[in-house]
Amino acid sequence: MQFGIFTVGDVTTDPTTGRTPSEHERIKATVAIAQKAEEVGLDVFATGEHHNPPFVPSSPTTLLGHIAARTENLILSTSTTLITTNDPVKIAEDYAYLQHLADGRVDLMMGRGNTGPVYPWFGKDIRQGIELAVENYALLYKLWREDVVNWAGKHRTPLQSFTSTPRPLDGVPPFVWHGSIRSPEIAEQAAYYGDGFFHNNIFWPMSHTKKMVELYRTKYAQHGHGTPEQAIVGLGGQVFMRKNSQDAVREFRPYFDNAPVYGHGPSLEDFTTQTPLTVGSPQQVIERTLGFRDAVGDYQRQLFLMDHAGLPLKTVLEQLDILGEEVVPVLRKEFARLRPAGVPETAPLHPAFAGVRAEPVKEEVAS
Amino acid sequence: MTTVVQAPVPEVAAAPQPPIRLVAVSAGLRAPSSTRLLADRLAEAAQSALAGQGRDVDVQVVELRELAVPIAHHLVAGFPPPVLDEALEAVTSADGVIAVTPVFAASYSGLFKSFFDLIEPDALTGKPVLIGATGGTARHSLVLEHALRPLFTYLRAVVAPTAVFAASEDWGGSGDALTDTLPGRIERAGEQFAWLVVHAVRGVRDHAVQG
Repeated sequence: MQFGIFTVGDVTTDPTTGRTPSEHERIKATVAIAQKAEEVGLDVFATGEHHNPPFVPSSPTTLLGHIAARTENLILSTSTTLITTNDPVKIAEDYAYLQHLADGRVDLMMGRGNTGPVYPWFGKDIRQGIELAVENYALLYKLWREDVVNWAGKHRTPLQSFTSTPRPLDGVPPFVWHGSIRSPEIAEQAAYYGDGFFHNNIFWPMSHTKKMVELYRTKYAQHGHGTPEQAIVGLGGQVFMRKNSQDAVREFRPYFDNAPVYGHGPSLEDFTTQTPLTVGSPQQVIERTLGFRDAVGDYQRQLFLMDHAGLPLKTVLEQLDILGEEVVPVLRKEFARLRPAGVPETAPLHPAFAGVRAEPVKEEVAS
Repeated sequence: MTTVVQAPVPEVAAAPQPPIRLVAVSAGLRAPSSTRLLADRLAEAAQSALAGQGRDVDVQVVELRELAVPIAHHLVAGFPPPVLDEALEAVTSADGVIAVTPVFAASYSGLFKSFFDLIEPDALTGKPVLIGATGGTARHSLVLEHALRPLFTYLRAVVAPTAVFAASEDWGGSGDALTDTLPGRIERAGEQFAWLVVHAVRGVRDHAVQG
């Protein structure tokens, strides 16, 4: 199983101090957070992509390329890459290039984005979101697998005799996840290609997540990629931890109450009951995360959102220490113990990276 | 005929004028919010039109999302929590109100309506109001005329003739032969609203002098 973190990249005021970081500070903090993720033994760092304030990550491969140069083992990924408003040709080029720089430590997650005006800003129509995701991904898939592409579709200029460069590292494209919260068409798309399906369940009850994952697993098998249990599933989650759960609640409450995404609505208590947000001790996070498995079956990737709600960098780094030292080692052992034979342990790794990783991964499982 | 000599009318511009206070109410639920983007653009347009007449403007934005729970409490308990009381006071005491809502199920959002339900029936009488709405498609645009305008007319507000609807496509669109672009409509709405604000403020002052 792969454990990691994902960032939305929001610039949010710390409600306890009233201080808002600059964009520069936020970007540098994001790099520090990714480096910390590797230092504490996490497997994955994923960045969101946004093109409007209060978010900074408009240029994911710039960020991931920089992090690639400063890390050795971290898989660099996205959460999500906008398959609707980006040109699939540019995605093919950017992420193949990143694969070379990172020696294969790259995968990515397709998403549609959910801010209305972003579509027209990039010349697209939000009402065609699903159609764009389907057509653009079909082209991206082809660009990474065929050296010379002739293509015509509805949403971009046709291509004749086009070769996307550089070619994927060793001819193996990055593994692709498809992220969707509500759209069954995207679960179906992931299943059709035999790609991974990521349900970012952070604001949704587990009953909904369970339904979406079940649909993906069923379709994955129908499309002949394996058994439903072999489908590649990822989940989100967000936590805040202190040794004593009461301390965690006390410290996180002002952040929860004022964050643009959580605040001014349900109480912290209601929100933590109804969504995967866990505010408490490391043991509570372990139990909650193992509970996800009860809902969706054995899965391959768990990403936590840690730099949320305007928490200062220092606190986020402390949280990553706790996650890496006290939570993930237990989860690795438990998930490995529970996982039946024949169910993939992780999402597929690029062969160039899998070779490097083979030994440590075996040790983890054996321990 | 006799010539009537009238006392000279004092020049309005001669007296130092306090800044005009505008309040923009945004019922957008997300951050970032296109409803908030539209509210900000309308406020800027009004500000710029008023600046053209030499007037300073203070703009305050009321984000209803932050007041959702206090609004529910007021509806149930019958009195406003302090934070909501401040927002209601800001709206009712403003020189002009900009009111923008997302379209939900063929009308303004419930949160938007609930907020204006809490305003005393005569508190907006004569108040210049500029209305705006956002939605996924321009097919919703008459919500402004069929839902928002009657609401504010009922409250005896003076609603600017141009109401601005921003569909998703407007944020990157160029209008068509029959429709102004979003910036064109925003500018026209801002000018009309500014005119109403200036004249309503004068009207209120005249009443105050006579009273």
